[in-house]
Amino acid sequence: MIDFVARSFRTGPRCFAMPQIHVEYFAILREHAGKSSEDLDTPAVTAAALFKELEKRYGFPEMGGMKVAINDEFGEMETRLADGDAVVFIPPVAGG
Amino acid sequence: MSHFEFASVDVDLADCRESLQDSRCGGYAAFEGWVRDLNEGQRVLRLEYEAYEALGVKEGERIVAEAIERYGVVAARCVHRLGELQLGDLAVWVGVSSPHRDEAFAACRYIIDEVKHRVPIWKKEHYVDGDSGWVNCERCAEHAD
Repeated sequence: MIDFVARSFRTGPRCFAMPQIHVEYFAILREHAGKSSEDLDTPAVTAAALFKELEKRYGFPEMGGMKVAINDEFGEMETRLADGDAVVFIPPVAGG
Repeated sequence: MSHFEFASVDVDLADCRESLQDSRCGGYAAFEGWVRDLNEGQRVLRLEYEAYEALGVKEGERIVAEAIERYGVVAARCVHRLGELQLGDLAVWVGVSSPHRDEAFAACRYIIDEVKHRVPIWKKEHYVDGDSGWVNCERCAEHAD
């Protein structure tokens, strides 16, 4: 509830501010970022642009096949991000 | 009963099997994935699984539902371990029960193959030589050569 109020308060007067995105990190990306999650004010319009920004900041190793989830569902890297979105970048998986 | 779950402790296989028993079924097929001592030529000591659980459970549930629909089996389930595992430990279990064996084998195969490709689970291997690495992530560049 407190978080909800705080978020509403933040989003209210933020009309022209950059969108705030919640990012969660797993596995190799978590290790490179040195954290499991963070809230970011970002100029990135798409998930792909946000990934580029994070790649630069944290020096993620080069990997093909990066996927993305937005609000706990698979999305496209070209998806436009909206204020309050929760984003998870998904490096190549290795279950089983 | 959920069709797909993550477990952070040992999986009770007798319990898993029992959950699929059904008087309509004449066959039960299961697959167990174990921690192996060798991968890509490196001696593995132990490994860790990590998952994006919120999406992983959804995708796992979708896969099992697809298998039930596609092969017409009566019941199917998958449990994947998370956390630290040692050689020989069970990493993943898939079980399917159906009236006849063909569908049970096919659905079981479908589930394990799709889980490996689609569910956001990552595996970090720790090697005998002291090195470690995230499988499919850290040696991609080398594989591409």
